[in-house]
Amino acid sequence: MADSLSLALQLILGADRELLGIVALSLRVSAAACLCGALLGLLLGAWLAVARFPGHRVLVWAVNTLLALPAVVVGLLVYLLLSRSGPLGHWGLLFTPSAMVVAQAVLVVPLIAALTRRLVGDALREGGDQLRSLGAGPLMAALLMLLHERFAVMTVLLTAFGRAIAEVGAVMIVGGNIAGVTRVMTTAIALETSKGDLPLALALGLVLLGVVGLVNLAVGLLQGRSAGEREVFV
Amino acid sequence: MSAGPPALLSLHDAGVWLGTVRALDAVSLTLHRGERLALLGSNGSGKTTLLRLLHGLLPHDGARRLHDLQPEGRVPRLAMLFQRPFLMSLNVRRNLQLALWLQGLPRGERAARTDAALQRFGMAGLAARAARELSGGQQQRLALARAWALGPDLLFLDEPTASLDPGAKREVESLVASLGDEGITWVMSTHNLGQAKRLATRVIYLEGGRLQADAPVQEFFGDRPPAAAAAFLRAENAWR
Repeated sequence: MADSLSLALQLILGADRELLGIVALSLRVSAAACLCGALLGLLLGAWLAVARFPGHRVLVWAVNTLLALPAVVVGLLVYLLLSRSGPLGHWGLLFTPSAMVVAQAVLVVPLIAALTRRLVGDALREGGDQLRSLGAGPLMAALLMLLHERFAVMTVLLTAFGRAIAEVGAVMIVGGNIAGVTRVMTTAIALETSKGDLPLALALGLVLLGVVGLVNLAVGLLQGRSAGEREVFV
Repeated sequence: MSAGPPALLSLHDAGVWLGTVRALDAVSLTLHRGERLALLGSNGSGKTTLLRLLHGLLPHDGARRLHDLQPEGRVPRLAMLFQRPFLMSLNVRRNLQLALWLQGLPRGERAARTDAALQRFGMAGLAARAARELSGGQQQRLALARAWALGPDLLFLDEPTASLDPGAKREVESLVASLGDEGITWVMSTHNLGQAKRLATRVIYLEGGRLQADAPVQEFFGDRPPAAAAAFLRAENAWR
């Protein structure tokens, strides 16, 4: 165990090319997934905060339920969509980083939408009437609240990034864990552990822990800033 | 016989449900151009709900009609100041510009009106400050500047001095008085009888969501106030 840890640290400190490649791909895929997920999730969350129509509650319930969606289920659904016989099979995305981006985006959209809906709803209770009195329609007021609560929105997006980069099931299924092509930190850790190559698995685990730790640190700082603003206002 | 000031806004038999509560019931009134109307009543009497209804922010039953301005022949512009002003987490200048952007004004006019509002309300030196870091009085002044920048014909003020210290209260009160002098018609809810007496030309008294009295200010605070408001005035004056 001590030997493995020592080798792992050597890989990290020596900037091992394979390690760096895997880390870079992980960051690229999860960042792209969060960007796509943010576009959809922020709009969906803002819209759900103000829209009123028959079935609205069911939709909100569905989005909240999807928060607990297992990553492997997302992987399976995206696999079925992108497989050669699936409806989007002609895109030829399966076992490419793009498929992994799609899977992780699907995973984070409900998270971003549900948290955004709550965030915007709370903000509208405070200032919705004021914005409407200034001439904003309901959706415009909701979108302005995303600007108003931008630090909290960043927290939501960082939380989504943390969820995306730490999942293994979806990217394993749709990416295939192909060395140098679709191998990311989580899939590599699973593979190397099963092969008994603990140093690389441990090194990747440490880097992943570091990335998630940095994300959490950023979330904490943003939450502090957001809370600080509220205290000043109160 | 000369006609009185033209009507700006009227309610006929209007009522509002807030959930299962009948917050306003069978309210009829006509607001005329140039009036300064104070809404009085105890907590929960329906003052804020009436202001929101007058502005058009609430679904209601009965009729609400906004009359065209005479002689301009256009729909009056409305603005509202809330008891606790909501300011975006932007700087002072951007808060003003955002309100004007929502009105669809072109960039040049937005800039000109923003500068005018900053000057008019003595906030030019605070233009780059974060709006939510201002003091309570400054925030209310900014909210008033924002409402003024919209060029309103009719301004609704929901207890604009309720949470302010005496100095800020005097300052906001004098700004409200000057807006009336500029020809802006306003409706203000307040618990402060002295303020209503000093600033208003007409007083409406609400109780339990119903309009109980509607009289010129001299009559309302005179020797023979409306019977429905007499008990309220006695109770309020007992504290003074």
